[in-house]
Amino acid sequence: MDNNMKPDDKEKYGSDTGHEWDGIRELKNPPPRWWMISLHASWIFVVVYLFLYPSIPLLHGSTKGLLGWTMIKEYKEALTENDKIKAPFLSKISGMSAREILADAGMRNFAEQSTKTTFGDSCSACHGGGGQGKKGVYPNLTDDEWIYGGDIDTIIETITYGRQPAMPAHKDILDDASVNKLADFVIALSQGSATPEGWNLFKRSNCVACHGNDARGGNFNKNGSGAANLTDKIWRFGGNRDEVLQTIRFGVNQDFPESRKAVMPAWGERLSADQIKMLAVKVYSLGGGQK
Amino acid sequence: MSKPVEEDQNFEEELLNSDLYTEEGHWHVNAGGNTIHASRIPGFFRNLRWYAQSIYFFFFIGPYLQWNGQRSIYFDIPHRQFHLFGITVWPQDIWMLAVLLIMLAISLVAVTAIAGRVFCGYFCFHMVWVDWFTLVEKYLEGTPSKRRKLDAESWGLRKITLRLIKYVIWLSIGLFTAFTITAYFMDTKELLNGYLHLNAPPAAWGSLLINTIGVFVFTGFMREQVCFWLCPYARIQSVMIDRDTVWPTYDAKRGEPRTKYARGPKDSKAGDCINCNLCFNVCPTGVDIRNGMQEGCITCGMCIDACDTVMGKIKRPKGLIRYVSRNELSGKIVPGIYKRPRVIIYTTIILLALSGIVYGLNHIAPLEFTILHDRMPVYTEMSDGSIQNKYTIKILNKTPKDLLVSLNAEGVDGLKVISEQGEAFVLPAGKMIPFHVFLRVNQDVFKTSNLPVKFRVKGLENKEIDISYKSMLIGPKS
Repeated sequence: MDNNMKPDDKEKYGSDTGHEWDGIRELKNPPPRWWMISLHASWIFVVVYLFLYPSIPLLHGSTKGLLGWTMIKEYKEALTENDKIKAPFLSKISGMSAREILADAGMRNFAEQSTKTTFGDSCSACHGGGGQGKKGVYPNLTDDEWIYGGDIDTIIETITYGRQPAMPAHKDILDDASVNKLADFVIALSQGSATPEGWNLFKRSNCVACHGNDARGGNFNKNGSGAANLTDKIWRFGGNRDEVLQTIRFGVNQDFPESRKAVMPAWGERLSADQIKMLAVKVYSLGGGQK
Repeated sequence: MSKPVEEDQNFEEELLNSDLYTEEGHWHVNAGGNTIHASRIPGFFRNLRWYAQSIYFFFFIGPYLQWNGQRSIYFDIPHRQFHLFGITVWPQDIWMLAVLLIMLAISLVAVTAIAGRVFCGYFCFHMVWVDWFTLVEKYLEGTPSKRRKLDAESWGLRKITLRLIKYVIWLSIGLFTAFTITAYFMDTKELLNGYLHLNAPPAAWGSLLINTIGVFVFTGFMREQVCFWLCPYARIQSVMIDRDTVWPTYDAKRGEPRTKYARGPKDSKAGDCINCNLCFNVCPTGVDIRNGMQEGCITCGMCIDACDTVMGKIKRPKGLIRYVSRNELSGKIVPGIYKRPRVIIYTTIILLALSGIVYGLNHIAPLEFTILHDRMPVYTEMSDGSIQNKYTIKILNKTPKDLLVSLNAEGVDGLKVISEQGEAFVLPAGKMIPFHVFLRVNQDVFKTSNLPVKFRVKGLENKEIDISYKSMLIGPKS
């Protein structure tokens, strides 16, 4: 009842709704103004959003929205922006030789960083994510053993034109005893304990034609013949006796199923000269680049 | 059945007779329904407020101040460098910001413990800007009563003109404030040119817009509502103060009972308060200080000025409202400031934080030096049988000059260091270009697969630079 309320209650609580049951008055207690403002601002935002952006799902796709915004468009714009940032560096790369890039720390870092995806797409399938290769199957790019040469120009040549070495199968050329002796000889050679008899056999069997008189790889051109250096600790196709025997018997890239397969594809048709230049800088920097 | 009803009635009566309702009346604060138009009365605290506010002069001239030919304060976000009076702080030194924030927070707490919300009343940018905005109102629209009348008036040409002029002035203050804030983050000349030629970067426009609108709305319209509902300080003030904290307080013993002023000798029962309500009229947050300490009070002292003026006029002693602590008011002995445990603890924390900052600013390392050991492959066997590890070296030169340094590694016998940069090289100022270093060592040194190595950068011209970084040399366990 009204007489139970203080006179200033009306002022304090504001007006009522006019509803009264058994002396209980229903007061009007509107939410604070800031709350109402945020409520209205929220639904206005939602309505505006509905019109501007893709929002209402339909059977096939959704409403397009007035702004025509799509996620893929935003992605492509971001990509263009990224290309714009890279453009001055890339044009600088075009004008530089690979040697000049190697001499400029900043450009070298740029080349290495921005060629990461190219390396991942084109190289890492065989040579591994870090260029570590696979023992006995794919060459390791982080060591200093280069069959064709580890200077930057040769690396570019290798990537551009590819490589396909050949080693004859000796199982029909040499008798089995000689093959076994040759295997023992090259293993001893790598450990630094080669015997004169071994050297004689090596020369007699015509291995020197490709591997050279000193067994340090071929001498067809300045970058070598593609014949491995037999004196170091790195084995292109595995260094235990069975593996060495297999390589001597069946050769490399010959018509035997046991023959070693070693083909580096030519990337000149698939990658641009600049891409190859940057790839070469990365490969050079993996650990074995030579002057 | 009748008994509970009787009890209920008794309870109701008790409730009605209690002080609860009268108290609740005091709890009620303006929730933004009406604008507070406070009078301005000259006085000691009014002057003090002006002096305190003048600190914002430095805020406005800050972007133009030079220090040794450089900007004195410049937060260079794109380059991630903060220039403070010749010292360059990099994000790597950001721990100092944490210490600075601790110091500022504790300073606020300490000041609150001693003298209440001094910050709010004298230094808070929000209340300072409100002070200017209401000054504009005073000169434009007149006294508080005239302003209230204008508020109630229906929209006519006079009201529209007055409002338009007021909003333009307010917006100009907001715009200038926003420009100044933004100028701390950009080259001032470039920024001004950008705004005038409409080619400033989007972030600069955003900052200008948000800050202008923010000042306009928060200062022009929300005013003390910001203190009540947005600022967390008022909410936690009660944990920061105690009975020794001085606060503008109404001396109720002297003032009550409030009696209307009459000429002639004073009635012996009457209190000193003559209920002129001037203390309430001058309050910028609409607080009646005679109800005691409350969250709306920003301790600006305007009510003290007002009361002292009135007391002077009616020849009664000043200080009916004065800065006083509760203990002092109730006649208790007040301990000296530095005998209060709160003050001692706060001061200790402030001094610790301060020494941390001073130490940090004096020991900003000239280089930031990081080394990443390449993990793919972890190590490589070389053709001569040695083991090679690859490292990516990142050295950031934080000084404004190019530095000639050497990089070496030590810790393992027969270590061969092959650096892409050579042994001695130049670090360009303010730049970091990663490069690779290879460590080569004989396979037989690996008694365990991990060997600790230490990289060391030494300045060749600046001998003070000598920084080490510990890393690992990994190889096959022999």
